[in-house]
Amino acid sequence: MNKGKSIAEIHKDCVACGTCVKVCPRSALSVFKGVGVVVDREKCIGCGKCAKVCPAGVISIVGGASE
Amino acid sequence: MKKKWYDYLWLAELTYLCLGLFNILFAWLGMIFFVTPLVIAIFGGGKTYCNRFCGRGQLLGILGDKLKLSRKAVPPKFLRSKWFRYGFLAFFMTMFGLMIISTYKVFTGLPLRQAVTLLWVFKLPWQWADVSSVAPWVAQFAFGFFGVMLTSTVLGLLTMVLFRPRSWCVFCPMGTMTQGICQLKHGKEFKENGRKSEENRGTAENSGE
Ligand code: SF4
Ligand code: SF4
Ligand code: SF4
Repeated sequence: MNKGKSIAEIHKDCVACGTCVKVCPRSALSVFKGVGVVVDREKCIGCGKCAKVCPAGVISIVGGASE
Repeated sequence: MKKKWYDYLWLAELTYLCLGLFNILFAWLGMIFFVTPLVIAIFGGGKTYCNRFCGRGQLLGILGDKLKLSRKAVPPKFLRSKWFRYGFLAFFMTMFGLMIISTYKVFTGLPLRQAVTLLWVFKLPWQWADVSSVAPWVAQFAFGFFGVMLTSTVLGLLTMVLFRPRSWCVFCPMGTMTQGICQLKHGKEFKENGRKSEENRGTAENSGE
């Protein structure tokens, strides 16, 4: 059963560089006070664009019908 | 997205490197790239420098993305680990300290060494520079500091080609320092924020994992 939509999840090793923020088509990402990135779960559509550009490789797309 | 003035700061970075090659004393201008991020982070601006104003990050992005010079491979995991990032920061600061010491030695009378050290070992002779107009220690600092800037540029370009465009940002000492400051100031808030959104997820989607 579909437990919800797919969504970007950020690992704690995020370096807060902000690269992902710039590519998100839904403006779902923001750098929280220079510490790390937070995902707006309402806005994120799980497209995976952010995961492709993250230089630290800390974004994964989780959830969705497949899980 | 509409381009803002600060989206062109990569030009400043490029100009800086060219000016430094042309006249080593311009290396001093690089202090701006050192002090600004720290000041912003200390006074509550978070990583706005990295996220908006850093010309180096932008330049690596342009070279990697627009000019397609990057392989776009995920960097190895150790690069983003705390021990590597803080280890590199410590190493970088040690080398920076040694550079300050040699500047001080010239200040106290030792002869000026006209060379730019690349990657901490390779000494590039820099005899063409005319530094007779300033005190020897001012010139010595310029040589040392330009070495720091060139070294980080070379590492940035190398990791840009090998991995993703902004891979340098993963272990850039300035990035690590500014994030470290923000973590000290807002780390707890960030954790609480994360917990709250986890709770929201539980109620909103009612997913039993
Ligand atoms: S998966 Fe797509 S929509 Fe979601 S945060 Fe990443 S870029 Fe934005
Ligand atoms: S691109 Fe990756 S490391 Fe950079 S802020 Fe986004 S999640 Fe963090
Ligand atoms: S991590 Fe370093 S190179 Fe990257 S944006 Fe920040 S200061 Fe610039």
